Amino acid sequence: MTDANAAEMPERARIDRDAVKPRGQKSRRRGRGDELQVPEAEFRSYYGRPIIKAPVWKNPDVPLYLFLGGLAATSSGLGALGGATDRPTLRRTGRLAAAAGAAGGTVFLVHDLHRPKRFLHMLRVFKPTSPLSVGTWILSPFATFAAATAASELTGLFRRAGDASGAVAAVIGPALGTYTAVLFSNTAVPTWHEAHRELPIVFAGSAAAAGGGMGLVGASVRDNVPAARLAVAGAVVELAAGEFMERKLGLLGDVYQKGRAHTLMRASKACLAAGAVGAVLGRRHRWSAALSGLALMAGSALTRFGVFDAGIASANDPAHIVVPQRERIRQRQATTGTDVAPPDRTFA
Amino acid sequence: MWDAFSGAASSLSGPLPDPTTDAGWSGDHPKRVGFFTDTSVCIGCKACEVACKEWNLVPDDGTDASDLYRLTGMSYDNTGDLGASSWRHVAFIEDVRPHGSATAAHGGPPSGVPVDSLATGFLPSGLPAVTDGAPSTPTLRAPRDAATAPAPGETVDLLALLPDTGAHGQQTPDDERDVRWLMSSDVCKHCTHAGCLDVCPTGALFRTEYGTVVVQDDICNGCGYCVPSCPYGVIDVREDDGGAHKCTLCYDRLGAGMEPACAKACPTNSIQFGDLDELQAAADARLAELHGRGVTEARLYGRDPDDGVGGDGAFFLLLDEPEVYGMPPEPIVTTRDLPEMWRNAALTAVGLGAAVVAAFWGGRK
Repeated sequence: MTDANAAEMPERARIDRDAVKPRGQKSRRRGRGDELQVPEAEFRSYYGRPIIKAPVWKNPDVPLYLFLGGLAATSSGLGALGGATDRPTLRRTGRLAAAAGAAGGTVFLVHDLHRPKRFLHMLRVFKPTSPLSVGTWILSPFATFAAATAASELTGLFRRAGDASGAVAAVIGPALGTYTAVLFSNTAVPTWHEAHRELPIVFAGSAAAAGGGMGLVGASVRDNVPAARLAVAGAVVELAAGEFMERKLGLLGDVYQKGRAHTLMRASKACLAAGAVGAVLGRRHRWSAALSGLALMAGSALTRFGVFDAGIASANDPAHIVVPQRERIRQRQATTGTDVAPPDRTFA
Repeated sequence: MWDAFSGAASSLSGPLPDPTTDAGWSGDHPKRVGFFTDTSVCIGCKACEVACKEWNLVPDDGTDASDLYRLTGMSYDNTGDLGASSWRHVAFIEDVRPHGSATAAHGGPPSGVPVDSLATGFLPSGLPAVTDGAPSTPTLRAPRDAATAPAPGETVDLLALLPDTGAHGQQTPDDERDVRWLMSSDVCKHCTHAGCLDVCPTGALFRTEYGTVVVQDDICNGCGYCVPSCPYGVIDVREDDGGAHKCTLCYDRLGAGMEPACAKACPTNSIQFGDLDELQAAADARLAELHGRGVTEARLYGRDPDDGVGGDGAFFLLLDEPEVYGMPPEPIVTTRDLPEMWRNAALTAVGLGAAVVAAFWGGRK
């Protein structure tokens, strides 16, 4: 890997080999004291090196794709229902945001490929076992219908067809907002995989906060009630589910308590809380509604960046692999009453 | 493929006697092949790494470009790990411990290695360990001056030849510490349930007629999904061409009736290639033999078809816990939980859609 390539792969290049070399078990996570939810675990490893490979997905491409996908997912619904309930500014905002989010997300998704010219290779198969394949088949029709709807909205042509395609996009939308949780969970990255029950809810909340926030930014005070409701509900769900996820992860949640992921998640929570309060109190004023919407969108995006970073940190930590797997072995042996551990266990 | 989500099919996890047929090959395909890597006879020569690179034209792996000589500084292992351009990786573990902290697995007391047994290749501990004499075996005490040839029955104190620079953080005098070396040639496991193959969105990764898992480089679009999906950290994306690469188990050589390059080059037969069922039988016999000799620390890794990946096509005989060699102690293929994940995501999507509808409830205020 040349230096130029290292710059192209910032997440991987940032692995400081010295930092992942054997850490004294006493110094590990020292200073967190009472925050520890699990007893300090001893583990063995190969010179402290990572066991699994951290994702080579690019930052900010993939977190931004997740954010834009979530934004588009709920915006399409707001646009369709805004049209049906005679809220023209919400309809327009939702339709344009859905198309822009889908288009931007597609660009980031293609750019994330290390061979972008072969993007179409993902359309040669449909594999339910590959969330990326499923996601491609969700994103492609969604982007098509959302773009057609936005074109109709902008030109004023084919309004009936625009309404119909907007409805189709709105039906596909929620799938676009939650499949990305499976995309992350269906990896060997412990912090992502073990959160596979909570992550869809976090991401759905994030999508609602982003789409609702966009509605608050773009819709008039007369039209923005549904956007405010959706955004506040999304922010509350995201905050609660995110907190629950971090606690339930136990040892694996430590990546949310340190480093850049910690900073990002704290900033996300601050933005979401401020945006939700602002949306409740300030919805009736154009400027405060727009500011709240921006805060909610920022909070949603920061969550995606935080979860992404946490996964990179988790993959690079051999303790995240060894300790839970050892514990699983120990529990199984305790239940079956067998001890197949060879006698050299005392060597460590 | 949808039946994988009914919960009845076992193609995402669990024992699977014939992954080749499960992948869609007709019943008359060749038998499943694999590697049995017996690390108890590995000498760490890295001939497998070199042979693999030469045969498969694998480029420079470029590890740690900041270091001109690419030294990891941790042991004689300067490859570091498996990757896009390292399809075999010889792990090298050196433990230096004070006396008394060691067990038999350490090559410590009471099994000092007599010189004549070294000549026969019979290692009571099964380890290429060097040790000085132990207090419990005073008759085997090594000469302090290791340059003096030891008499038969005595042990060789190779450490006495080395200056004690404290490189291992040990302040212990030479004659009060033990050294253990473990060597193991790691490789792609060619899992029965291969996470990399399951998640590949282009179909570039496929199951061959030999039951192995291979990347088609002309299909791979470098999405990188296989990389974090491998529970062993084997496959990686090569930066210069953007494609994912890993061991092919020398797919091209198999077609010509040849064994893979690494197995061919291995001078101690630590890497054994063959039909998987025969290798499993050979491994079971080898394990029983070692246990019979008192090498109780020997254990097979990846042999069990009931494990989290349905058993490995390339499995190992190890002399310590897998994590010591840099391998996960009990990997589970990530797609085992995929049906549940899809259910959760679908339910959440329905909830999200309902939330959007509910936000419009009650008309305009």
